[in-house]
Amino acid sequence: MMLGKTAGGLFWMFRYLERAENTARLLEAGWHIALTRSGQTTNEWQSIVTTAGMNAAYQEKFGDDYTPAQVINFMLRDKDNPSSVLTAITAARSNARMVRTALSAEVWEATNECWMVLKDLLSRPVTERALHDALTQIRFRTSVVRGCLHGTMLRNDIFAFSRLGTFLERADNTARILDVKYYVLLPSAAYVGTSIDNAQWEVILRSVSAESSYRWLYGGDSTPSNIAEFMLLDESMPRSLAFSVTEIGDALAILEKAYKTREESQIQAEALCHRIQSHSIETIFEEGLHEFLSGFISENAKLAGHIEKDFRFYG
Amino acid sequence: MAENETAAQIFTNFWEVAVSALKSWTIWSLSTCAQIFVCQLFGMSKQDLVFNEMLAGADQPRQPYEAYFDWFKNEDVKALMRKSGEAESFFRRIGITFNVYGEDDADERLIPFDLVPRIISAKEWRTLERGIEQRVRAINAFLHDIYHRQEILRAGRIPRELISGNEAFLPEMVGVQPTGGVYTHIVGTDLVRTGEDEFYVLEDNARTPSGVSYMLENRETMLQMFPELFTQLKVRPVSAYPQLLRRSLADCAPQNSPNAKPIVAVLTPGIHNSAYFEHAFLADRMGAELVESSDLRVEDGYVSMRTTQGYKPIDVLYRRVDDEYLDPLNFNPSSLLGVPGIMDVYRAGNITIANAPGTGIADDKALYSYMPDIVEFYTGEPAILKNVPTWRCSEADSLKYVLDNLSELVVKEVHGSGGYGMLVGPAASKKEIAAFEKKLRARPDNYIAQPTLALSTVPILTKAGLAPRHVDLRPFVLVSPNRVDITPGGLTRVALKKGSLVVNSSQGGGTKDTWVLGD
Repeated sequence: MMLGKTAGGLFWMFRYLERAENTARLLEAGWHIALTRSGQTTNEWQSIVTTAGMNAAYQEKFGDDYTPAQVINFMLRDKDNPSSVLTAITAARSNARMVRTALSAEVWEATNECWMVLKDLLSRPVTERALHDALTQIRFRTSVVRGCLHGTMLRNDIFAFSRLGTFLERADNTARILDVKYYVLLPSAAYVGTSIDNAQWEVILRSVSAESSYRWLYGGDSTPSNIAEFMLLDESMPRSLAFSVTEIGDALAILEKAYKTREESQIQAEALCHRIQSHSIETIFEEGLHEFLSGFISENAKLAGHIEKDFRFYG
Repeated sequence: MAENETAAQIFTNFWEVAVSALKSWTIWSLSTCAQIFVCQLFGMSKQDLVFNEMLAGADQPRQPYEAYFDWFKNEDVKALMRKSGEAESFFRRIGITFNVYGEDDADERLIPFDLVPRIISAKEWRTLERGIEQRVRAINAFLHDIYHRQEILRAGRIPRELISGNEAFLPEMVGVQPTGGVYTHIVGTDLVRTGEDEFYVLEDNARTPSGVSYMLENRETMLQMFPELFTQLKVRPVSAYPQLLRRSLADCAPQNSPNAKPIVAVLTPGIHNSAYFEHAFLADRMGAELVESSDLRVEDGYVSMRTTQGYKPIDVLYRRVDDEYLDPLNFNPSSLLGVPGIMDVYRAGNITIANAPGTGIADDKALYSYMPDIVEFYTGEPAILKNVPTWRCSEADSLKYVLDNLSELVVKEVHGSGGYGMLVGPAASKKEIAAFEKKLRARPDNYIAQPTLALSTVPILTKAGLAPRHVDLRPFVLVSPNRVDITPGGLTRVALKKGSLVVNSSQGGGTKDTWVLGD
């Protein structure tokens, strides 16, 4: 038996952890391109903010000034930015405190320590020189929490809600990266099939930490269509949409079995799985990549809404 | 200080200083023979009169501390100070922090932990145990009586107006029989010591005593830091507390529950409450649910919690929310911390609330001075543990005495807690005393006064070695329908400031692990 509030707390704890990690990856990618390409990189910094869905808030605060230091600060430690690493980690830890009784001591302590270390790390602006170390630290600390989750928790409803939070957030993030990047890159389908700018595809792959896996699968052949296929449909790629929705489906199947009821969430999740599996990269491009992605993002958000309602997160 | 200077040497240095101010051992022992004494002297000379629980003289430990003292002599103070830092990071990592009201929530504080244990011999503990059990049984009998036939009032042992005009007395509890017959499932009896055999009960804490998580985590920390001490000394374990608590609570579950096994939940005001860590800790260790007001509602005559699969009835609610906030329909209507209608479910016998509503009447400071009578009335025996002599400011003669002697007394609000709103005469400035006098004259019945006890000391570790500090002790007592369990140990609170008598964590107090030795 689990409280609805606890299920919600677990879900959000892992969403926020995933978000912190994704924000760090986005920054890493942006930073990399800024270093390797001189000149016009403003767009890179702006698209990081856009990907996080925070462009309106950013513009309100800073106008069109997308200087690296400002964006880095906004994404790492701005308290007005709900996707900044500091806000996300604080929210994750606050949720972890709320669901303390559902977590193993190791998961709790790893989360608490993650928060303590990052709070300290982000208590002052991160200099360019310290950025790489800071981003590494963020990924490392959140990975420890995940490791403890896998190593010490029962595979029951607690685990299922944690996974749901992780993968709903991850699917959303991957879809946004592609939507922002690909949309900017390829205004016309005529470009499909041509080899794209090295630096650009590197950014995309780096932002999901998948440069090596892509090379293993596709060699040096970096076409937009391959990258899109890899990130949307590859079931072995842990940050692809296909992988994420399979995990979501599995977690909901655990709940269906444990609670012996089938809810709207399970039906929706299966539809979402089906939506991904029934496509090939060609049909996605025919439908229009942007349309496909924004459709996915909204279905994914709807699924989160069903989960919240079906499992009584709030009274 | 030389790198390898041992703690014992430093300790001896301390004693040389102390002894130079010491008149003679005769005075010291005569003083402790006095029933109780007002400590009028401050500064160094005060130390002469104070009972030091570790040392009977320079380099001469009292019997319970012998083995520890031998061990300590060979330790390096610097290394121990480093350990102390380790303990702090351990506490931070596991999150034993508390939020201070009115401060930024980012600022979570630790209660300072001192790594010198407070040690109690088997014999001392036996006396305490008997005294506490007697007192706790009397309190439960008193509560039953006061909410039923009120024999003690009929017998004229307590003035009627003390009950009828008391906010801690809940008319809603009159005639209600709590399931299992237990009113105070959990009690934290605050004790102080002034001499070899001089223990006093300072407060009974029959509402929702806190601090037990510190008792458990302090021990956990000591086990990690000094395993060798636990193999040398026979320290009685405290770790069974959460299991015993669960059993005590489950034993009081309603008979006609719809659940096959009793469902126990801990009710917390929420993650911003200063004691949230403890609420979560206890729920976790008991395998109970941790619920907030927003998780609960009254449904079909039961108090139910919102689970992922709908509302499920709860059998026992260990609430860490005060009576006043427990039920907005029956008590404070603006409360967001309680469950509307829970008192009706309670009166129908469909939920156990621990502690029962209305137990505050038993630890009310206005009644405190009657405790010896209460114990005798219900147990037929004189109280084993003594009360601190208390002047009731509501009585004219007492008030006069208190006003004449404010600078030597501790004056407390009858309903206050946590060390707030009290005057520690000897430590207060003339201005503070004058201001307090005004308050006291305006509402004398709101105050009681007690002598400044020369609280015993146990050394703490400082950079300069061991230094004595005043302590108190809160053992934790669990009451089941058929038994009383007292965990051997408790929470020792220590005033970290030299000479200070205020041990409350909210005002600069720290804690120590408390060791009760086996036979």
